[in-house]
Amino acid sequence: MSPLLEMCGIAKEYPGVRALADVTFELRAGEIHCLVGENGAGKSTLMKILAGALAKDAGSIVVNGQNVALHSPTDAQAAGIGIIYQDYKLVPELSVAENIFLGQEPTKQHSPFIDKKKMHDDARKLLAQLGEEIPTDLTIAMLSVAQRQMVEVAKALSRHVTILAMDEPTASLTEHETVNLFRVIRQLKSEGVGIIYISHRLEEVFEIGDRVTVLRDGKVVLTTEVAQVDKRRLIQSMVGRELEDEFPRAELTRGEEILRVEHLHAHRLHDINLTLYKGEILGIAGLVGAGRTELARVIFGADKKSSGRVVLEGTEISPDSPTDAIRAGIGLLTEDRNQLGLILQMNVRENISLASLSDLLAGPFISRGKEEALAARYVSELNIRPHDSSMEVEKLSGGNRQKVVLARWLSTDAKVLMFDEPTAGVDVGAKYEIYTSINRLAQHGIGVLVISSDLPELLGICNRIAVMCEGRVTGVLSRDEATQEKIMTLATMMN
Amino acid sequence: MKSFIPTRSGSLPFTLTSELGIGIAFVVELLVFSLLSPYFLTTENLLNVSLQVSITAIIAAGMTFVILTGGIDLSVGSLLALAGILTTDVLKLQLPIAVSFPLAILAGLIAGALSGAFAGALITRYNITPFIVTLALMTVWRGIAFVYTEGRPIWELPDVFSILGSGRLLGVPIPSIIMIVVFVASHVALTQTRFGRHVYAVGGNKEAARLAGIRTSRVFMQVYVLCGFLAALSGILLASRMNSGQPNTGLGYELDVIAAVVVGGTSLSGGRGSILGTFIGAMLIAVLRNGLNLLNVGSYVQQVIVGVVILLAVMLDRKRSC
Repeated sequence: MSPLLEMCGIAKEYPGVRALADVTFELRAGEIHCLVGENGAGKSTLMKILAGALAKDAGSIVVNGQNVALHSPTDAQAAGIGIIYQDYKLVPELSVAENIFLGQEPTKQHSPFIDKKKMHDDARKLLAQLGEEIPTDLTIAMLSVAQRQMVEVAKALSRHVTILAMDEPTASLTEHETVNLFRVIRQLKSEGVGIIYISHRLEEVFEIGDRVTVLRDGKVVLTTEVAQVDKRRLIQSMVGRELEDEFPRAELTRGEEILRVEHLHAHRLHDINLTLYKGEILGIAGLVGAGRTELARVIFGADKKSSGRVVLEGTEISPDSPTDAIRAGIGLLTEDRNQLGLILQMNVRENISLASLSDLLAGPFISRGKEEALAARYVSELNIRPHDSSMEVEKLSGGNRQKVVLARWLSTDAKVLMFDEPTAGVDVGAKYEIYTSINRLAQHGIGVLVISSDLPELLGICNRIAVMCEGRVTGVLSRDEATQEKIMTLATMMN
Repeated sequence: MKSFIPTRSGSLPFTLTSELGIGIAFVVELLVFSLLSPYFLTTENLLNVSLQVSITAIIAAGMTFVILTGGIDLSVGSLLALAGILTTDVLKLQLPIAVSFPLAILAGLIAGALSGAFAGALITRYNITPFIVTLALMTVWRGIAFVYTEGRPIWELPDVFSILGSGRLLGVPIPSIIMIVVFVASHVALTQTRFGRHVYAVGGNKEAARLAGIRTSRVFMQVYVLCGFLAALSGILLASRMNSGQPNTGLGYELDVIAAVVVGGTSLSGGRGSILGTFIGAMLIAVLRNGLNLLNVGSYVQQVIVGVVILLAVMLDRKRSC
């Protein structure tokens, strides 16, 4: 039996750089084929070519034994290829149902009008398959990141794809939602759909993958049955060298109290009490919707609190805006770096300096020299690639974008830094660099708060882990007592 | 993402490369007209063009800031008339000219800035879109201008007032000099100061800018105040040139101004653009009108040609940014 999809000798060159060279990739029906590699290895380029969004320079694509020419996304759809991108392609102003059926809206026979009832019913059915109960008339803008993802999956399902590529589908999902997604993926697999699964979480490759292909610098360095490799070998192939450990070890000594939250109430937050110490990394665990992001935003002055106190270094603060919070010494790296973190039209240098321009002034003017020096320092310190601070951030990969946001906050002299999902969509190498930076911050006496849905990550880097559930802190565990099971128990105890 | 990124070829700074397309178009235009009309390339004609363009160009500088934040200001044409009226009316007061002259100009400029502040406040406090706010203000200011003057021009002004609009310094019309000063100052403010950086940031991604610690409401206020101020400045220069305050001046100017900004490559959705681009955009349209006049092209046909050129310029810009 011929494979479902064969991509042979695919090459793609951008002016001056070879993005893909002689890449061969094969997908069988009913197979989950994982595609891994560091940011910039060529995964996204390969997927864009498969999606018809990017023209290849050389090579052939064969679907079901037939040569196909994919000149546009429409061609790809006609060939049964569906792609779920990492940055979702949904229209925020349209409803869930309208997004799912965008471009293929159901109509009653011979009627120009959309059959809204059928559209909403079908949308509900598709979501039910995913175990989701999102009201189909809500607009996308009202949904959480995790819910948007589910809508994306439903949208692909509605298009009866035989080849489904998913780019980092679990990046912002909780354990529970991930389990759910895997159930759906296995279901699709059993129906004969071929699935290309791109992920930075290697555990997932072992959990769900049949085969795995590793890309490095635009070339395939390994294709094998998942059963025949271990994690170490995969990482080695990805980075091209041995990586000691997933999490950098650091000796952290907890100093005096730096931030205290007392009886804090706000929208979706109830009676939060928390203390953060200098030189400590405090993790915040919980399911999506537990109020973790809301808590960080209230402390940061981005949203209003209704009652309670936030005490920084012994003095009560009540920031009305992020400007006030930053001035007081608090920083927040937001979850959605593209929507809430970066100014994509600006270059790396301008994004880094945005929160610390007042330190870079010479008279009324921004000192270009000081600004360049600041940017150059962080580009090399954090290894932001390419090493060019005049690059527009739009052209950077996820991991490097995150480093740019990190650099912005490192340059603000913050006393407390809060990270919301700092490694979502970030590859192994860049993750390690981000952990190292977080450790270094704590070693310099900064209070660090890390919100993450990646439990191994929290267990790997935090001194203590506070667990939230439905807007309350349900428990605080020390590094020694914390286990995934204990965290999950606390995270679901209200349900 | 190292291996992925096409490195930008050459080492031209960003501000130059982005205006390159429109700059070339402008140069081509200059060449064509200088070949077609012997009078075109004379100093006198070029100074004349600079005088003609100065009124809309000065406002376009302010409008660039507004559009960079993703906003728009439709009230500038009406504001121009209102400022001219206020200024000329103060000049008619029975005061020594040494007092009334600066007072009159101050009155006009303050009115412009206040109008901008009012627009900014409505936009930020009540969250009304700039288009609606300034569309309403456009009508309100125009109406007030007519009510205030009862529809009649304000005449018989002190002679010294006409110097602003009609005088020359070292042979260069004073409005042209003011225009250059405004553009240089705007360029510096936009590229070298914190305010300028905040304008780009707010226009690029308002929420991200807020979360980076920028007081976004303040930035919006500032750009509308600046735009109103410059519209008033233009209004005073125009009143001086006509030596009268007229309630019906500046009708439709907002569209000429916006055209100049857009032709100059500034994105209507905010975050991208430059003052240099706006300058070239304004000049391109002004030179086109002047050249067509010299070639005796009728004014009806001119309108068609100008519209087509605006479209072509913007298409050229799209092509470049792809």
